Amino acid sequence: MARMILFNLVQVAVVMFLSPLVVGILNRLKERVGSKKGPSIFQTYRDIWKLFHKDQILSSESTWIFRATPYVCFAAPILVTMLIPVLTSYPLFFAFMGDMIGGGFVLALGGFFATIAAVDTANPYGAMGASRTRMVGFLAEPVFMVVFFTVCFVANSTIPYIVQQKWVHPESNFFNPAHILVAVAFFMLILAETGKIPVDNPSGHFELAMIDESKSLEYSGSGAALMKWAGSMKFFVLLCIFLNVLIAPWGLASGTTLGDVLLAIPLIFIKILIAVGLIVIVESSLAKLRLFRITAFLGLAFVVAVAAVLTRMMTT
Amino acid sequence: MTPDKIAWINQLVLLTAGFFLLCSFGLIAASQVMGCLRIYVMQSLLLAASAVLLGIDYHSTDLWIVAAVAIIAKVLLIPFLLRRTARQAMIARRELQQVINVPMSLLIALALTVLAYYLVGPMLSETTPAVHANLPIGFAAVLIAIYTITVRREALPQMLSLLAIENGAFFAGIAIAPNFPLIGELAGTFDVLMVVLTLGVLSTQIHRLSGSTEVGTLSELMED
Repeated sequence: MARMILFNLVQVAVVMFLSPLVVGILNRLKERVGSKKGPSIFQTYRDIWKLFHKDQILSSESTWIFRATPYVCFAAPILVTMLIPVLTSYPLFFAFMGDMIGGGFVLALGGFFATIAAVDTANPYGAMGASRTRMVGFLAEPVFMVVFFTVCFVANSTIPYIVQQKWVHPESNFFNPAHILVAVAFFMLILAETGKIPVDNPSGHFELAMIDESKSLEYSGSGAALMKWAGSMKFFVLLCIFLNVLIAPWGLASGTTLGDVLLAIPLIFIKILIAVGLIVIVESSLAKLRLFRITAFLGLAFVVAVAAVLTRMMTT
Repeated sequence: MTPDKIAWINQLVLLTAGFFLLCSFGLIAASQVMGCLRIYVMQSLLLAASAVLLGIDYHSTDLWIVAAVAIIAKVLLIPFLLRRTARQAMIARRELQQVINVPMSLLIALALTVLAYYLVGPMLSETTPAVHANLPIGFAAVLIAIYTITVRREALPQMLSLLAIENGAFFAGIAIAPNFPLIGELAGTFDVLMVVLTLGVLSTQIHRLSGSTEVGTLSELMED
């Protein structure tokens, strides 16, 4: 029992302290592909460190929502980390608390608070970005639902630890169209939800064109640091769900000793680096879509997810 | 073959079927003519891949020849002929017009897929897994391609959808009739090549005479 709690804490620590590195590597690689030098891969750590040492300025118009939001956003990915397989292929101490849908709700709570906090300060750009995020969000919602339906349909369960085993037993199941198509749809969702290029430009600093970034525009000091950290953790957690639950549980620790779990950290990190490479290819080869073409992008993701259900229906 | 190997081939057949269906959706969603052509070529490649896999599954060498013919005619010759005959319209980098916008069209196409599944469903009682995948999806691809022809307002994408109908029919056909006489396949393919050549020349002529191949604007008479 105590060991399970320890492993859970190790998982949380991995997500907390490796996620800025993943974002740093992503930014660096993207600049390198664009034949620029790019920031150091540790830049995100430095940014967060710097922001924690600065004063926070709060608008006199803002309410408690604005003050509470960084903590809610920060806590949400940590809670989800306890539910999903990050390092181990067997459930840990807190895993009974919720399934994939529960995890989705917790992540959505963070997004909801970020949105209302953006409206709270009465900054026009905040409200604009918030409404755009909601637009992307409600277009992504049906895709999430159909992805979960497919997963339930295939695995007869929404518990991530059961789902991940289903894709590789027997091994030929890996090439099941439902599996591949669900993975494609979820990858498109990750791009949309974390503000990557076909939907949003993460490196753009022009307020009128911002979608994801403008929500945290009003934050300064430790609030901004928490929001930035929370953003990188959310990205990391989504990648973990994508790679460990929806693709394959390869590289996860199945032994119960501390050594096994620590060995899983570099393996998972390599998996995440491969996914980051994929995202860099997508981000460097596509252009940002016009706001009203985002419906077409997410419509395509929806169609891919429904095609997964349909091919599953045809074969059973 | 060992049961393990059969399971692998079945999954791969299903996977090509899934991507084949996605290509049909892609034909609706593509916003430029070159994009349409690329998706059509990809769909033809998947057709060939499916034929190869089914050839292994059914022990039928005919299907391998079908795959070879599909690659030569649809992956190599048709893009070549289209680029030769309708070069201008092919490389135009403008956005295509549609009567119904893309997200709505995609939803209608999804409804057509479900319809195809329910229409074909009763026929699927005691057949192989390959038929379970290829027959409904081939049928759905035919329906979606017909729908694409009706909503597109430009000649070349409509023509590519016409070719996609043929792809869909073959995709369903190779699963239910693996030993279909080869002459039928060859005749069909040459027909398609002729159609491409004729339509390509025709659309270039229309483009030369009226300055555009947008079918939507061709309904009015020209004033000189």
